[in-house]
Amino acid sequence: MRLLLVLGYVLLAPLVGGLLAGLDRKLTARMQGRIGPPLLQPFYDVKKLLNKEILLINNMQYLFAWCFIIFIVFTGGMFFAGGNILLVFFVFTTAAMFLVLEATTTNSPYSVMGANREMIQMLSYEPMILLTAVGFYTATEAALGQGTFTIREIISMPVPNVVYIPGIFIGFLFILTIKFRKSPFDISMSHHAHQEMVKGVTTELSGGMMAIIEISHWYENVFLYGIVAMFTLCAEWWSIPLTVGVIALTFFLEVLIDNTSARVKWDTMFKTTWVVTLIFGAINIFILQMFG
Amino acid sequence: MAKVSKSPWMLHYDGSSCNGCDIEVLACLTPVYDVERFGVLNTGNPKHADILLITGGINTQNKPVVEQLYSQMPEPKVVCAVGICACNGGVFKDCYNIIGGVDKVLPVDVYVPGCAARPNAIIDGVVKAVAVLEEKRKKYKKERGEKA
Repeated sequence: MRLLLVLGYVLLAPLVGGLLAGLDRKLTARMQGRIGPPLLQPFYDVKKLLNKEILLINNMQYLFAWCFIIFIVFTGGMFFAGGNILLVFFVFTTAAMFLVLEATTTNSPYSVMGANREMIQMLSYEPMILLTAVGFYTATEAALGQGTFTIREIISMPVPNVVYIPGIFIGFLFILTIKFRKSPFDISMSHHAHQEMVKGVTTELSGGMMAIIEISHWYENVFLYGIVAMFTLCAEWWSIPLTVGVIALTFFLEVLIDNTSARVKWDTMFKTTWVVTLIFGAINIFILQMFG
Repeated sequence: MAKVSKSPWMLHYDGSSCNGCDIEVLACLTPVYDVERFGVLNTGNPKHADILLITGGINTQNKPVVEQLYSQMPEPKVVCAVGICACNGGVFKDCYNIIGGVDKVLPVDVYVPGCAARPNAIIDGVVKAVAVLEEKRKKYKKERGEKA
């Protein structure tokens, strides 16, 4: 069963992620009063990129871009195998680091500035990611009397985790905007036609290497929706339709926020994410520890 | 557009244009014309672009810029000259600093006439450029196959 889930992730995640990206573009277009590209547009894009010439500055870019996708797939694989959530988050951070390294090796001003901003983004969302793991631990502790970081056990509680950690859930949704590279927090690199610093961290990647980054974003997004699912999944059957609904709502909200807000400066992003992390995340855990 | 590329990303460069054509190029992206229906994206990054769309003529100052942008684009790539100034210099033809149309420095594949070029004409030009792109892609694939 676990092997099947991991295999399913490795094989199907690009498909699901690509479709989600296509749906995103279609929804974005509809919100702007346009017709928008076909649903399969992201796949056409990647197919086109694979057929293009690869112009790179140095060979390190190959290494780091490949490392990025390998570590992202590894993160998702570990997650769907139901392993330790802390370990999953650590590997996830390592993967993000490879993208920064790739951008830094190029010496191109846009790329390097993108890398700097990517690191500021990591600084902003990392506390919340760690608090999420701590939150799951305290939630299981409050419900079962014995805390755990194991994903399999976290999602088989008698009630959904979100009942115990609604604050953590809100905080996680907040940083999800950064991870999805959505406005207002898409300062290091942006999808769609609205650009920031040319293309930020991916400025110097072309052709097939750009396709690899796109595909790893699809893997990444599926994994992130998986974390959202962890908040609502429990041992009861009704948690499955609930999870699907929550994921759909999250998706819609992300696109809505993307289309209704302007990009902020890095310090605003940093301050708001930390304030949200402190207010919703830390207070939630504090209350659980005190009265749980 | 049966067999032609479904994902042409374009790079828009403003030569010494009066901005008339630039506004029309941007108008193509608005809800009324919505070129993204055909998968066209305005990338702003030569390394991701397939179509180099140039408005306005070439002058002595922007000649090296245009050449550099073109050299930074990965193969296969096409150049599309939008507006009469990009085609042959237009009303600025006799100015002391104007070299002429884009074809003085780059191999232009599609010419879109007009002053300013209408969005309909620009979209038509992009569709023609996509057809050229597809031919070049086949040629590039063949060459790459021979090399390997």
